[in-house]
Amino acid sequence: MTADTAVRSQPSMATFSTPPVIASCSSSSSVPPTIEIQGIVRRHGAVTAVDRVSFEVRRGEFFSILGPSGAGKTSVLRMLAGFEDPDDGDVRIDGRSMLGVPPNRRPVNLVFQSYALFPHLTVKDNVAFGLKMRRVPAGQIDEEVRHALAMVKLVGKESRKPGQLSGGEQQRVALARALVNKPAVVLLDEPLAALDQQLRQAMQVELKSIQEQAGLTCVCVTHHQEEAMMMSDRIAVMHQGRMWQVGTPREVYARPCNLFVSRFLGVSNELPGRLGDRVGEDRLFHPTDSDLPPLLLRTEPTEPPGRLATLSLRPEQLRISRDRPADACPLLSGRIDKTLFAGSETKYLIRIGRESLWEARTSGSETPALTPGEHIFLHWASSDGRLFFE
Amino acid sequence: MTRKAVGLRAVSLLALLFLYGPILVLVAYSFNAAHLSMAWHGTTLKWYVALIHDEALLAATANSVVIAVVSTIGATVLGGLLAFGMEGMSRSRQQLLEGSLVLPLMIPEVMMGVALMLFFLLLNMPLGLTTVILGHIVFNIPLVTIMIRTRLRKLDPALREAAADLGADAWDTFRYVTFPLLRPAVWGAVLVAFTVSLDDFLVTFFTAGPGATTLPLKVYSMIKSGVTPEINALSALLVAVSMACVALSLHLQRREV
Repeated sequence: MTADTAVRSQPSMATFSTPPVIASCSSSSSVPPTIEIQGIVRRHGAVTAVDRVSFEVRRGEFFSILGPSGAGKTSVLRMLAGFEDPDDGDVRIDGRSMLGVPPNRRPVNLVFQSYALFPHLTVKDNVAFGLKMRRVPAGQIDEEVRHALAMVKLVGKESRKPGQLSGGEQQRVALARALVNKPAVVLLDEPLAALDQQLRQAMQVELKSIQEQAGLTCVCVTHHQEEAMMMSDRIAVMHQGRMWQVGTPREVYARPCNLFVSRFLGVSNELPGRLGDRVGEDRLFHPTDSDLPPLLLRTEPTEPPGRLATLSLRPEQLRISRDRPADACPLLSGRIDKTLFAGSETKYLIRIGRESLWEARTSGSETPALTPGEHIFLHWASSDGRLFFE
Repeated sequence: MTRKAVGLRAVSLLALLFLYGPILVLVAYSFNAAHLSMAWHGTTLKWYVALIHDEALLAATANSVVIAVVSTIGATVLGGLLAFGMEGMSRSRQQLLEGSLVLPLMIPEVMMGVALMLFFLLLNMPLGLTTVILGHIVFNIPLVTIMIRTRLRKLDPALREAAADLGADAWDTFRYVTFPLLRPAVWGAVLVAFTVSLDDFLVTFFTAGPGATTLPLKVYSMIKSGVTPEINALSALLVAVSMACVALSLHLQRREV
């Protein structure tokens, strides 16, 4: 990403027509990227499912493609696996173009969302399948399968059939079946979507540690932002067939390139308004809602006054206080609408002016909770908010 | 039990009695010692013993078995290939083929028999075992195709993709994944085709020549000279074999993998 200022001008939701700028990977070493996707396009009839998508994945990296359903992320994955071919662009794995190479000749293995375990084969035979297809000697197959099953902690279940396993165990078999082949890339299609919440969180940690331990290069498709952030080295956000932003979880969360990315990655407290005059290092921001006072924000100096913009703040950037703070710069008053106690933290929905409902949080359970109807002040560091211009 | 449930049960029992009563009577009389009388003269197995010593009957049995086995193999291979071939076709073509598969099951079997006979005569094929076998293959193909197709369409397409992803080519995918998963349906189809072939009368009647008499044809010709306990015994055996085949077929198809 080019600019380092807290607030940058990028196309917002309203101006999705301009193709997004994708940051190129600043690869530190001379090792070529494991995956190079160059401007791939995929059309399904009149619908363009994937529109000029480019990205690279480095060796050993956990790369997630994050987006809502219908964003085109599964199509990208299927083009990597070889079940679909792009209408335009190139898919390169380990420097070799994969165009026209059938799935069975590609150095990738896919963990299916439904796991797609062979129901008639035992756990052992499921995991051995790929090696058997490559005509690996039987003795070596036994050893590799044992190793893979140990890695996913399934020793002792070798002779079970998939139908006799729990959902979490089936997920492990699917993973072992892929990684036993030592593919250049493991593709994961919504790997944890079929698991319940608790198992899901445990598997996130485990999947990540297996990936690190085995040095796997992973491309994971998910619509679950928290999952993507916790497991990935880098995240690509997709929407409507386009890839809007690629970066580390922190970058994408803290510096989303547009309102869509901002909203998709977490709670985005928004306030529409208009840029005003410069005041020292800061700029005035006049909320559209005339009940609200102008705010002083730190923003890019080049934007002309009068430009329409939307201010976005994360809940954790907001501080709540009962009394008006003395020197807090951007400051808004509001009224508590709802108090939601969630154990380690308390969430508040706060009515700001006439139209906005913001979310703020306080951690810890000991402080006396604010009650609905109470008037409070919200303030934040002037460098924290992000402005998205229309 | 509510009155409604009692009524339902009564109707079910009546329907079952209507379906199986005649067969039960036939089986019971095959053990009746009396030769011509309908009166009960004690239990015996002598009619079954008599069957084993009837040369013509043994020849008919041999014909029936040969026809059933060969036509079942033929129909399973062709019908199975058709079921697989249809997978790759366009939606409209599949529908067209599906329609034409059901048609032979709908048209009266007499027509089918006559049509086949005329067809063979037109080709100057002498009627005999071969023509009967061909005729049986014709009516068994739709049965086999429909049964295998039903199962094939229930398979998760991701399974075949998973096989390809793991390095299997088309043949390996068929050999190690698709076929093993279809095996119950294939065996089910084999048993049904075998039974239908064994029991068939009409198509056999029109396409059989001298020396190709099957068991149903034999029963028919024996009946012309009166219903003997021997016929009862023979019929009872046919019923037993058919029911066993169908029961096994249903069992195989109900079993998941």
